[in-house]
Amino acid sequence: MAETSDPTQNGTKASFESWGRYPSYRANIIPLHWQSDFPAVTEGLHNGILPVGLGRSYGDVGLLENGNLLVTTGMDRIISFDPETGLLTAEAGMSFAQILDFAVPRGFFLPVTPGTKYVTLGGAIANDIHGKNHHIAGTFGCHITQFELVRTDGTRILCSPTQNLEFYSATIGGLGLTGFISWATVQLKPIVSRKIDYEGIQFHGIDEFISLTEQSKDIEYTVSWVDCTSTGRNFCRGIFMQGDHSTKRDELKPSPKPRLIFPFDAPGFALNSLSVSLFNTLFFHKQFSKRVVALQDYEPFFYPLDKVLRWNRMYGKRGLLQFQYVIPWEHAREGTVAILKEVAKSGLASFLAVLKAFGDVPSPGMMSFPKPGITLCLDFPIKPGKSFPLCERLADMTLEFGGRLYPAKDAAMTAAQFQAFYPQWQQFARYRDPLLTSSFWERVTGNKPSL
Amino acid sequence: MNQTASSAPRKILVLGATSGIAEATCRIWAAQGASLFLVARNAEKLAAVAQDLKARGASYVDTAVVDLDDTDQHPGLLAHAINSLTGLDIAYLAHGVLGDQVAAEQDFNTAAHILHTNFMAPVSLLTWLANFCEQRRSGTIAVLSSVAGDRGRKSNYVYGSSKAGLSAFLAGLRNRVDREGVTILTIKPGPTKTAMTAGMKGSEKFADVDTVAQSIVKAIEKRQDNLYVPFQWQPIMFVVRNIPERIFKKLNL
Repeated sequence: MAETSDPTQNGTKASFESWGRYPSYRANIIPLHWQSDFPAVTEGLHNGILPVGLGRSYGDVGLLENGNLLVTTGMDRIISFDPETGLLTAEAGMSFAQILDFAVPRGFFLPVTPGTKYVTLGGAIANDIHGKNHHIAGTFGCHITQFELVRTDGTRILCSPTQNLEFYSATIGGLGLTGFISWATVQLKPIVSRKIDYEGIQFHGIDEFISLTEQSKDIEYTVSWVDCTSTGRNFCRGIFMQGDHSTKRDELKPSPKPRLIFPFDAPGFALNSLSVSLFNTLFFHKQFSKRVVALQDYEPFFYPLDKVLRWNRMYGKRGLLQFQYVIPWEHAREGTVAILKEVAKSGLASFLAVLKAFGDVPSPGMMSFPKPGITLCLDFPIKPGKSFPLCERLADMTLEFGGRLYPAKDAAMTAAQFQAFYPQWQQFARYRDPLLTSSFWERVTGNKPSL
Repeated sequence: MNQTASSAPRKILVLGATSGIAEATCRIWAAQGASLFLVARNAEKLAAVAQDLKARGASYVDTAVVDLDDTDQHPGLLAHAINSLTGLDIAYLAHGVLGDQVAAEQDFNTAAHILHTNFMAPVSLLTWLANFCEQRRSGTIAVLSSVAGDRGRKSNYVYGSSKAGLSAFLAGLRNRVDREGVTILTIKPGPTKTAMTAGMKGSEKFADVDTVAQSIVKAIEKRQDNLYVPFQWQPIMFVVRNIPERIFKKLNL
């Protein structure tokens, strides 16, 4: 067939914003549709290159100011699937939504999934994402049996735990900087039902959270919503949510398509400390009894926000800052209490915060974020002069407690903080493709003044 | 999924199988267990598409790497495809080129190339396919034309006129073979998000290719004659067709 041939002709200058809507940079957007497009499209490109997927990272790991973004979502083909073993090999631009549409009716599920299904396979590897089952399954990278890495010089590297291990571990969690992931093989896991055996339990205080975590070690998925606006008697109250794939056979229908789109940018005043604490109180009491047991479809269980496309508009044009730390068990309790107190004291509204314990399954990734301990994820609408100083304070506290922050959700940490969180960054930098970079990388390696 | 489709896998020939809309349509057919014969120019891309469709459930996939501009190859190719599929229920013509309007304004050879790919080559294929289907008194021929063919516009009249010619040819052909039990579907997609339009101004607002593909599959099921997709293009093009020339020529379209 005949088509417009030269993909380099397709580049358009456009503003590209992260999912947090901050920052937003102009870049040359180059869509890729075929594995063979790379590295040909990079010939003659200057100013750095970054492969990106669906742009669901919150900060600037998926942005490159004045650079070239290679958008991989047109590369969404299945290369092979074994219905016996559940091994799926697909192009890196295939999204989790597409994988689920394909796999669920065939009785398979993603081994690890984040809170949105609109991420690509390549992006999930590059950020070594984690899910509600980290304590059992580890990170997504633990389930990647092999992938192909293509460097801008044309070198093709087949990576697996037994082949080119150094590139395998640098690329998992390598923020898209080691090369272009053209395809990957993921081990899916069998399911017999779309449903999740769900249980929600109210808790008051960090100790109750920790003891619930202890009790639920064998339950596959656990996560908690915590109210981070309350102080005093209600400090660190929340809902502990746990679930397993239902073992009762049920029809494995495909998911319906989402219909709601958040229609406009909410005005800045819509989210203030009053509305957020009201929301938090309502959410906490949404569940009237201490315990709720239900059989729930996996969609609302894993992806409560995906039902509303573009929900990030709720934060208005200025956007939001995400902040996710992990603090090792040694200091996890005191660190979490101290940080939650600091957040409550600041009066800066955070919507419901997500609290979870990471397990000790090691990730193959050199730069992976998770480690055993407690992780907390917060978001703050951007308020000039307030949000950044708070995030910097919280990052310093995280450092003191021996923890670190998650690059995929960061737009604020300083170069000094990043280098203290990830002392292995220089070792990692040796595997970086010399032409690939991101605004995040330039910020945290000190090539550019931090914000 | 469609019951009739799953009981007897349909035999579908796809010409221009690596085009965005064709690929999306084939994914739906593959999930229904269809048998597919895919034709495209680029061997590597065609192999990627074929692999994907097999994995998605197509009961049979065969391919041929052919440049459809070469009309001499058409009779052999079509006979081979029908032989490979052991029959033919649907022929889907999806190959085409957007071309470079600015270059085509200056150079007849560029214009002629666009016209050849989008009009002459389909006419060759359609002639053969229509005669085959007419003889068998069955089959659906679905063809991607374009809303751009409904009225010549300064921004893409070369592409537009090739599609206008194609739409007119299809209308005439339908008029001839309809009574013989053969369905001709003229598909007029509005701008759609595909590799062909990637990077075009405003392309983020274009129609989603999966939605377009679903409408095409439905229109074929219903043995429709014409399809504007997304459907909003029908009233839009009604208005565009009826703007008086006196005004139209002053517009910047």
